[in-house]
Amino acid sequence: MEALATIARIAAEAGDAVVDPATAKNTAAAASAGYAYGLAAIGPGIGIGIIFGKAIESMARQPEAAGMVRTTMFLGVAFTEALALIGFVAFILLKFA
Amino acid sequence: MNNNVNPSVLAMRDTGPSPEAEITRDIVKRGLIAAPVLIGASWLIWGDAGAWSSAYGLGLVLCNFMIAAGLVATTARISYALMMAATLFGYILRLGIVALAVMLVRNEPWVDLVALGLTLIVTHLGLLFWEMRYVSATLAFPGLRPDASSSTTVSTDNLSKESASA
Repeated sequence: MEALATIARIAAEAGDAVVDPATAKNTAAAASAGYAYGLAAIGPGIGIGIIFGKAIESMARQPEAAGMVRTTMFLGVAFTEALALIGFVAFILLKFA
Repeated sequence: MNNNVNPSVLAMRDTGPSPEAEITRDIVKRGLIAAPVLIGASWLIWGDAGAWSSAYGLGLVLCNFMIAAGLVATTARISYALMMAATLFGYILRLGIVALAVMLVRNEPWVDLVALGLTLIVTHLGLLFWEMRYVSATLAFPGLRPDASSSTTVSTDNLSKESASA
């Protein structure tokens, strides 16, 4: 966060704008929160895609196991989604708390 | 034996009862059982705002599970391909709903953001681990679950029609 604040301050100075450190820090906090949420959403998105792809492959290969596959698939998706929720909570705590 | 059957994911669907609905029903039941403990603990730590925030967070988590299960169960009856598409877009949709629901109330006096955030994570993971214990047992011993035979209801009607017409 300090590094981002420094970058924001340097960018502001380069543009001849007067920015106090507190504003720069707030800007950096907002940017960090946004990055945290965005990055936290990418991983689970990829994970859910892999889970569903594999589940559909399994159901196509062995249709009689579809119920069991869907059960584990649903739980796997929910667990993966928890990562995105953690990212979202980090976002709201960094940004608003 | 017909070797010309070309299983297509687009044509495959499941017409039987959906396990997701059953899992979500269990999760909601357990969530309601755990609610007084969770809300009481939040009230002790954060006061009234914590209790209301925990109740709101718990409601959000349960709604999130219900929407996820509803999407999967409904689209699985149409096509597995649609199920995959609905779940991937549903993931973004549900994240958006949770974000919107939190953003709408974040400035309300009865909301404690720390309590709300922690409730979202703890409830989501706690209920999943709770459910996982039972699912693991039924996967290890499928005979424990009376409707295990529901998995044999995958419809291949469309497949046989396709192969017949080919």
